[in-house]
Amino acid sequence: MIAEYGHVALIIALCLSVAQAIVPMAGSFAGYRTWMRLGHSLALGQLVFVAISFACLTAAFLQDDFSLQYVANNSNTLLPTQFKISAVWGAHEGSLLLWALILAVWSAAVALFSGHLPLVLSSRVLSILGAISVGFGLFILLTSNPFARILPFSPTEGGDLNPLLQDFGLIVHPPMLYMGYVGFSVAFAFAVAALIGGQFDSAWARWARPWINSAWVFLTIGITLGSWWAYYELGWGGWWFWDPVENASLMPWLVGTALVHSISVTEKRGAFRSWTLLLAILAFSLSLLGTFLVRSGVLTSVHAFANDPERGIFILAFLGLVVGSSLLLFALRGPVVQRQQGDAEVVSYSGLSREMMLMLNNVLLVSAMAMILIGTLYPLIADVLELGKISVGPPYFNFFFVPMTLGLMVAMGFAVFSRWKKTDAQMLRQKGMVPFLISLGAALILPLFLAETISWESMSWEGVSWKAYSITAAITLGASFWVVTMSIEDLWQKLDRGSSKRGSSKGDSSKRESRLKNLTKLPGSYWGMQVAHIGIAVCALGVGLSSVYDVQKDVRMVPGDRVEVAGYEFTFDSLDFVQGPNFGASRGQISAYKNDRLVAVLYPEKRKYEARNQVMTEAALDAGLTRDLYVSLGEPLKGDAWAIRLHVKPFVRCIWLGGLMIGLGGLLSVMDKRYRRRRQSGAKLSAQSAASEAVTQ
Amino acid sequence: MHPLRKQRLQLVILLVAAAALVVGLVVYMLRENGNFFYTPAQIVSGEAPKSTFLRAGGMVVDGSVVRSDDSLWVQFKITDGVEMLTIEHTGILPDLFAEGEAAIASGKVDENVVLQATQILAKHDEKYTPPEVADAMNEAYKQKEAAKSGSYK
Repeated sequence: MIAEYGHVALIIALCLSVAQAIVPMAGSFAGYRTWMRLGHSLALGQLVFVAISFACLTAAFLQDDFSLQYVANNSNTLLPTQFKISAVWGAHEGSLLLWALILAVWSAAVALFSGHLPLVLSSRVLSILGAISVGFGLFILLTSNPFARILPFSPTEGGDLNPLLQDFGLIVHPPMLYMGYVGFSVAFAFAVAALIGGQFDSAWARWARPWINSAWVFLTIGITLGSWWAYYELGWGGWWFWDPVENASLMPWLVGTALVHSISVTEKRGAFRSWTLLLAILAFSLSLLGTFLVRSGVLTSVHAFANDPERGIFILAFLGLVVGSSLLLFALRGPVVQRQQGDAEVVSYSGLSREMMLMLNNVLLVSAMAMILIGTLYPLIADVLELGKISVGPPYFNFFFVPMTLGLMVAMGFAVFSRWKKTDAQMLRQKGMVPFLISLGAALILPLFLAETISWESMSWEGVSWKAYSITAAITLGASFWVVTMSIEDLWQKLDRGSSKRGSSKGDSSKRESRLKNLTKLPGSYWGMQVAHIGIAVCALGVGLSSVYDVQKDVRMVPGDRVEVAGYEFTFDSLDFVQGPNFGASRGQISAYKNDRLVAVLYPEKRKYEARNQVMTEAALDAGLTRDLYVSLGEPLKGDAWAIRLHVKPFVRCIWLGGLMIGLGGLLSVMDKRYRRRRQSGAKLSAQSAASEAVTQ
Repeated sequence: MHPLRKQRLQLVILLVAAAALVVGLVVYMLRENGNFFYTPAQIVSGEAPKSTFLRAGGMVVDGSVVRSDDSLWVQFKITDGVEMLTIEHTGILPDLFAEGEAAIASGKVDENVVLQATQILAKHDEKYTPPEVADAMNEAYKQKEAAKSGSYK
């Protein structure tokens, strides 16, 4: 019965979203305030019903209701409880329901926190979000209903969740990623509302900015978690595969990053207006494209599910409708928004200014996105044109993405230092000299040192360290140090701002005091920028160094064997059999020694999940900031022998540490007091206007 | 020419040149790094090029997997229902690699028409068959049917 309640709740939510799409929009044109206000209550109502529906599906999983097709396919009585809950979004139907739920959460958040916005704008934003909900509601109910029953002969036992998904990663990665994807729908709704109203200025940018930043934070963390999950769960030590679905999440992130920067120009300087709108439309369109690629099964991918083509066609049609209509609107109304710019002062800036630097940032990010888009869609296009079945390999993506990232990092160092309108080139040269020399030194010297510590005996070069000198490592180190040192230099200058004017006569203590004072005065968005930029440097360092110094060996071992990898001695101690809740596993014990000292004992497993009869590698790793030891059991060979993969991965943690720092940076800038203060004063203002309205009535 | 216009013209020329360069690079890189998919029948018949990087997929033939005793070398056959292709690989096979299941191998075809694979992909979900393999199997099945009905005439 519970499933039917869930189904009905979903249908009611769809009806509410239809009303949410139409009523406030109509009201905004006709000028009926009650109609416009209705959008807010409808959004909250929709959240309630989608949440009920989601709760019903979760209950069906917890009760092992295998009469539901979806539960029967993705759960099992032996599945641990936390995985029964995460299994709700473990496959197609449920993950769409999660998407709908998150969309409802964002809409409700907009309804609750938009008190300071003009009613016309907030009602239109909610109406557009409603229209998107209609699309997804229809998609779920028509093509992928999670509440479909298998009657009258329902199975007594479920098929179990895909073992790869029985992991903590599945609990956190999809919800985070979806919060990001769907969050861009708010940016999209703001952009479309601005185009409809023909009004788009700094105030608009200030309202939309926290929403855009928070969506971007979720997406950043979602991608980072996904990469980390792939690293330890897929069992082979890779953290990014240029898989179509990974690309599908990276593309909105790149455009989102461009948007986060471009909207700051719109807010502060009133420039880049139509470009910002276009980016907002693009970011959400790419999120939808990602959904299409994942859900339609048109591409061979780690994330693809077995699917019927009907779903692909539905999403493609929806994608076409959203992209087509929003771009048409942009083409028609974009000039109006642009013309409005003429009213204000003409925004001018010189060749060496912060505006120019941010433009460079946007050009590089959008070009990187375009390269990935071409590489991802090329196999599809080639297939349609019957040019053969092609897959585009990682070398293509690396060839374009790596230089562009390096270019971005070089520009980033300058950009932190640049000023609005015009930057003093002399000052830039002066202040940039020390960071430049430090980075150059790091690039030249550190690779020698790294090559020494990370032993290369295993590479059969007889300890000739200059041969092990890696140019890639040098470039990575140089670029990362450049970003970090320039950031620190800028921070230092900001702290010294007050004290240098007063002169040095006052002594060191007062200088320190004024520096401290300046330190607390710096706004959250400044800290956000600094943390995120240093995060990029840390992430790049991890990517570069781990790919250069990574050492991997596939070996055949019997218990008692000893193998040396990059200065670590691995011994295969023993092999046991262990029984898990819904699997049995062969578990190896492997000890790692460095200089005859025990560093770690690792227990990699080869699991066999009973319900699906599926084998899965559970890697074991010893994590550290400077290196990961990563061991996985391959397959049993003759006798006691096993194929074993041994990895030493220097600095691989930095990749995700950097990712989290980027996310944290975004979070700091969302929490900037500036937005909260405006919000409060905005709320006061709207309260006042409401009061004055009441008086006039 | 008006200096402003001249400046604009220079900018436009620069942009066009940059765009042309980028498009050229993209096309070149796609060609260099696009790996074509071939069916075992296409490779055995010699339709597929030798010693270029390519992918082949099909069902792993029952009982065809041969392992070495003292290394990670493995040999197996895949089929699209028409022809069988021998594949050799040194390394660890993916978890869901099994006889009678779909697999995709990427590598180069050598002189003896053996695919020396650098990477073996198996499906990641027991219900999932890579679309290329499914297509190839369907195509081969259709051809067989057509050949059968042809022989009746």
